[in-house]
Amino acid sequence: MTELEEFRTETRAWLAENCPEEMRDGDITAENQCWGGRQWEFQSEAQRLWFERALAKGYTVPTWPKKYGGAGLSADEAKILEEERLRINARKPLSNFGISMLGPALLAYGTHEQKLQHLGAIARGEIRWCQGYSEPGAGSDLASLKTKCEDKGAHWLINGQKIWTSNADISDWIFCLVRTDFDAPKHKGITFILIDMASEGISVKPIILISGHSPFCETFFDNVKVPKSYGENNLSVVGEVNRGWDVAKNLLVHERGMLGTMSPLRGTTGPESLGGFAADQIGLDEAGRLSDPALRQRISQAEIDDWAYNLTVERMNDEANAGNGLGAKSSMLKYAASELTKKGTELRMDIGGTVAATISEDGIEYGSLANTWLYNRAYSILGGTTEVQLNIISKRVLELPS
Amino acid sequence: MALILTEEQEMLQDSAEGFLDENAPVTAFRKVRDNKPEEGFCRKLWNDMAEMGWAGIIVDEEFGGSEFGYVGAGVLAEKMGKNLTASPFFSTAVLGATAIQRYGTEEQKTDHLGAICDGSQIFALAVDEGPRHDPSTIAFSAKTSGNGYVLSGSKTFVADGHVADKLIIVARTSGEDTDEEGITLFLVDADAPEISRSKTPMIDSRNAADIVVDGLEVTGDDIIGEVGGGYAALEGILSAGRAVLAAEMSGSSQQAFDMTTEYLKEREQFGQKIGSFQGLQHRAAHLATEIEMMKSAVLKSLQLLDDDFEAAGAVCSMAKAKSGQTAQLATKEAIQMHGGIGVTDEYDVGLYFKRVHMAQQMFGDAGFHADRLAKRAGY
Repeated sequence: MTELEEFRTETRAWLAENCPEEMRDGDITAENQCWGGRQWEFQSEAQRLWFERALAKGYTVPTWPKKYGGAGLSADEAKILEEERLRINARKPLSNFGISMLGPALLAYGTHEQKLQHLGAIARGEIRWCQGYSEPGAGSDLASLKTKCEDKGAHWLINGQKIWTSNADISDWIFCLVRTDFDAPKHKGITFILIDMASEGISVKPIILISGHSPFCETFFDNVKVPKSYGENNLSVVGEVNRGWDVAKNLLVHERGMLGTMSPLRGTTGPESLGGFAADQIGLDEAGRLSDPALRQRISQAEIDDWAYNLTVERMNDEANAGNGLGAKSSMLKYAASELTKKGTELRMDIGGTVAATISEDGIEYGSLANTWLYNRAYSILGGTTEVQLNIISKRVLELPS
Repeated sequence: MALILTEEQEMLQDSAEGFLDENAPVTAFRKVRDNKPEEGFCRKLWNDMAEMGWAGIIVDEEFGGSEFGYVGAGVLAEKMGKNLTASPFFSTAVLGATAIQRYGTEEQKTDHLGAICDGSQIFALAVDEGPRHDPSTIAFSAKTSGNGYVLSGSKTFVADGHVADKLIIVARTSGEDTDEEGITLFLVDADAPEISRSKTPMIDSRNAADIVVDGLEVTGDDIIGEVGGGYAALEGILSAGRAVLAAEMSGSSQQAFDMTTEYLKEREQFGQKIGSFQGLQHRAAHLATEIEMMKSAVLKSLQLLDDDFEAAGAVCSMAKAKSGQTAQLATKEAIQMHGGIGVTDEYDVGLYFKRVHMAQQMFGDAGFHADRLAKRAGY
């Protein structure tokens, strides 16, 4: 048996022994995933057990180095762990923006001490992070951001406003892009900084969307003092002052990679296939076909696209493991996934007809199909709009002239 | 298995590209088109391909093949799609070889696989009977007579049928036209006097044939697979064909797209490169994304044919649907973005548009496969 085969056998056995039955429902919606953080309360004993066992093994962040709380798995090993996890339909023990977004950026740009403090706290589920990027005047043109960060000797002084900060109201820390130089060209005056949300002067206001709910918030900074340093060699700024755009870009690639790995047609509306849902709702004709032939074709085409998309995620992962990095191609995944996700709920709404469009007296029920369908409109806007992704593909993948 | 090519398959890809770029560029295809040789392809080129092991690409080594499997066949087809190479590769090395190797008797394998591998015999599959692909409707009759059968009926769009040495005919030995039961595959000599073949030049300048058979007597030895149970074999052969056509369309799409992005970087109007216009950039970026999706689908279907042949049917349908749509979009956009020269005969993009149309029609277009998949999924 090769080492990898051995690893698979061990992993399978470990999962069988340690993942509680209740955590094998494959359900990883925002509502029931384990987010961690200061305010976190486990939703069940099984969820707590699964988290603690995974943590002890380094499996909350399997590919991170052991010294930062991970298990130090190689790409091949991580792929096996993921395959084995999916094989038994197990939930992820912990998932949040610290793991998927800040972590990879810190691994690339942080000092050892920064990693020790922040990566460790993420791995242990102690700190929940949110992202402070967009501003009211800086959406797609993110680099035009204006939140002001002044050097006051021992501390930074921050004034300004962020918007679309997901879960800011329940997060502990924020990684933030701020402007430290207003005279330099716009990309050259931005700094990437880590701020405790408990700092004086930070206030948060949730935003209600067309879906009736939303994880998004506005975050206001009013004379917020941020220490220059959290300890020796552990500055609040990641990377160099005024070079935060490099860190931000690196992180956006991870964000796109993450958004690009949602399973588009099923990701947010449960495991039932579109065809099965339609057969239940609309019924079949004598030949066993959906009675609405046009809808039937649309569903089948969407299933084909979904399948090809999922394979592309698999192929690009395999290529990355073989040494051919994804690079700007992550924009293709983001683009395709968000468009497909929208298409999936659009189809479900069409299948569900007026019943799907019926809401309660109190408004749109959270987690309902209509809620998801409305929320999904944001998928091709957040994390870089579809149009921005197409710009990136044109310029960085196809190298078309500007 | 990782969804990427192995080192060996990459080497095959490189050598195929090198050989075809040198010996069968698009100018060679134009020569065939303009000189109209009776065969519809260049016989010398086919012999050279056979010598390199391409005619026996999926055939086991013990029968003289190079045993590269369907991924190998797809790798070659993709490069042929890139160069619009016309040859009996598809009809013989894919369809013929699959039929005999997977469903033939030991005797049939011994008798025919060698002749496929060395390029000496050309095979053609006669399945469709109308203008659109419909393997579930077979009226071509095979009536029992004495110890054998008498074949009568007609077939359309038989690729390389005009020049084939052997025909694999999908016939009905029992049941109604649309029954899956009762279909039987016969392997017959194409030059039997009871068979009349008329060449049908197609829009892509390849050749197919309409075939009429009138009272051809055959025996049980001429049957491939089981009497009355030929539908499963037909499905297997068609699946292999669909995946390889998908690979060919993938190569054509990539080439048409590459020509287009090159053009966008060169052509100037209004004092700037037209590739700087966002109206074109976003369409190109969308197409580039679709091409990536198509490539994943194509490779998966080929890998599955090698891994678990009988289970590959649905995946081959998906690959054929995805690649058909993508290739049509790629070639349509190639013409449009090239503007005026895109619709000239002198420029190559129109040739890709025409070829892709035929490859999409052959063995089912995207709508056909979407229907098929929906049926399989129970809706």
